[in-house]
Amino acid sequence: MRAKYVMSEVFLGLWRNISMTVAMIITMAVSLTMLGAGLLLYNQVDVIEEYYQTNLEVVVYLQRDVTEEVTAQIEAELKESPYVETVKYESKEQAYERFKETFKDTPDLVKSVDAEVLPSAFRIKMVDIADAPKLQAEFQDREGVYQVTNQREILQQVFDILGGAQRLTLIVALVQGVAALMLVANTIQVAAYSRRREVAIMKLVGAPNWFVQAPFVLEAVFAGVIGAIFAFATLVAAKFLVIDGQFANLFSLMPPISMQSILLLLPILVGVSAVISAITAWITLRFNIKV
Amino acid sequence: MGRLTMRTSPVRMKSRRNPFVDVTYGAETAEYATLVLEPPDRRWASADRLRLVIQLEGVTKHYPRSNRPSVEDFNVFIDKGEFVFFIGPTGAGKSTMIKLLLREEVPDKGKITVGDTDVTRLRRWKVPAYRRSIGCVFQDFRLLPNRTAAENVAFALEVIGKPRSVARRVVPEVLELVGLGGKEHRYPHELSGGEQQRVAVARAFVNRPLLLLADEPTGNLDPDTSIEIMRLLDRISRTGTTILMVTHDSNIVNQMRRRVIEIENGQIVRDQARGVYG
Ligand SMILES: Nc1ncnc2c1ncn2[C@@H]1O[C@H](COP(=O)(O)OP(=O)(O)O)[C@@H](O)[C@H]1O
Ligand SMILES: [Mg+2]
Repeated sequence: MRAKYVMSEVFLGLWRNISMTVAMIITMAVSLTMLGAGLLLYNQVDVIEEYYQTNLEVVVYLQRDVTEEVTAQIEAELKESPYVETVKYESKEQAYERFKETFKDTPDLVKSVDAEVLPSAFRIKMVDIADAPKLQAEFQDREGVYQVTNQREILQQVFDILGGAQRLTLIVALVQGVAALMLVANTIQVAAYSRRREVAIMKLVGAPNWFVQAPFVLEAVFAGVIGAIFAFATLVAAKFLVIDGQFANLFSLMPPISMQSILLLLPILVGVSAVISAITAWITLRFNIKV
Repeated sequence: MGRLTMRTSPVRMKSRRNPFVDVTYGAETAEYATLVLEPPDRRWASADRLRLVIQLEGVTKHYPRSNRPSVEDFNVFIDKGEFVFFIGPTGAGKSTMIKLLLREEVPDKGKITVGDTDVTRLRRWKVPAYRRSIGCVFQDFRLLPNRTAAENVAFALEVIGKPRSVARRVVPEVLELVGLGGKEHRYPHELSGGEQQRVAVARAFVNRPLLLLADEPTGNLDPDTSIEIMRLLDRISRTGTTILMVTHDSNIVNQMRRRVIEIENGQIVRDQARGVYG
């Protein structure tokens, strides 16, 4: 009975103030979409790190005119280094094979490169990839060494880009979130004003505080949940249309964003949105409806 | 709810033998004289005669942005079933006292006890339950315009969690009691001022409160209608309900001859049993 009254007041309130309701839902949806994207990127950094962690190598490229003697010396030194787990020699021919394999989709590029151009190298698995700079420093200037590359550094750039994108989404989420919460507060104030007679009478006859506040809090929660559902739908659409669709190539370097991690966002977004909306509404009420 | 039916029926039966109600009820012209004929009826209250319902002890309220206390050192003791008029010029502090009793305001000093409740120490979350023991009527009726008379009364029951079946049973009864039988389904704008105030009284009384507060309930009504409302309040008082009424209407006070407490500048200047407006 009372539940019916509360629900009808909730929908009446949202409907009476429909433009504000729509504005509230849109800003919440934008904010939550950005929050969701930010969380996905955060998750993605972990996924990439895990994906590459075991495969990361330090590569010591040798000079093209290096002698066999020096090569053997370098190999021996590498094997002695405490940072090194395994050392694998890759000859010019092997390097060329690998190159052909990597770029098999672009035969023009393969054709334009001479087998002789590619340097021979040692591919090294580190005990701990974090020690790569130490190894790099040790061998960088050694005779016969052309260059020492640390794949982690390359990956670091990917992480930097992802981190930047993540920061951007979270800033937009925050700004939009603040706007959304201001709209919530405003909506609640308007609703409290248009229901001031009911509220005054309810307080006078001794309706419990939770009951007086329920319609307002639920209005905010309802808008928050709808906003979260829209945000979720946007993220799903983005996965299918952007990441898996039109720009699939752009994202091919990354391990794919799994549907599972997007699905996991639904309860997170709904929960976060509902709780924060409810708290905002409740705080607004404390200033508007005195006991 | 058994208590409710038990109490209403004797009142209805009694009204046949009660000259106050029978002789004058529904009269075309208000006869103030008839009000005097009736001595305060204590038969219903006699059992609890000595029980104090309201105790104000040294109660002072000074609003922050006011240059003097609106209520200063009030010491008032009111028995169960008493009918007390509060009179005094505008700004004397009468409404402030009502607000203190309703716990809409908290006193700066002193102690307020209503029934068994120490209102000054009442926790916030206990205020609603406390207010259920008080009925309240105001000059401006405070009805919901989009609800009928019956729905307005039922609202007061609904929002404190009474099941609908209770409302269905009790609301027609109380509307009958206030003389609105047959007008249950009218909206406030389809009722006269006096009738609207009857709805408000019905709403205040429907929970059988210990105490009924009325802040100038006849302030917006013409003299004839005021008399009718006074008769209604008098009848309610006879059920044992304590009534505390703020008024400017000297005629009503003079005719009813009940206890009069006069306030001036936030201070009690007179407290007289069976008093006149003065
Ligand atoms: N909320 C308030 N803030 C400050 N002063 C108030 C407030 N309410 C009432 N007052 C002052 O308290 C005094 C008593 O007011 P009130 O109790 O409403 O008088 P009455 O009902 O007897 O006409 C007046 O001087 C009024 O200006
Ligand atoms: Mg007043």
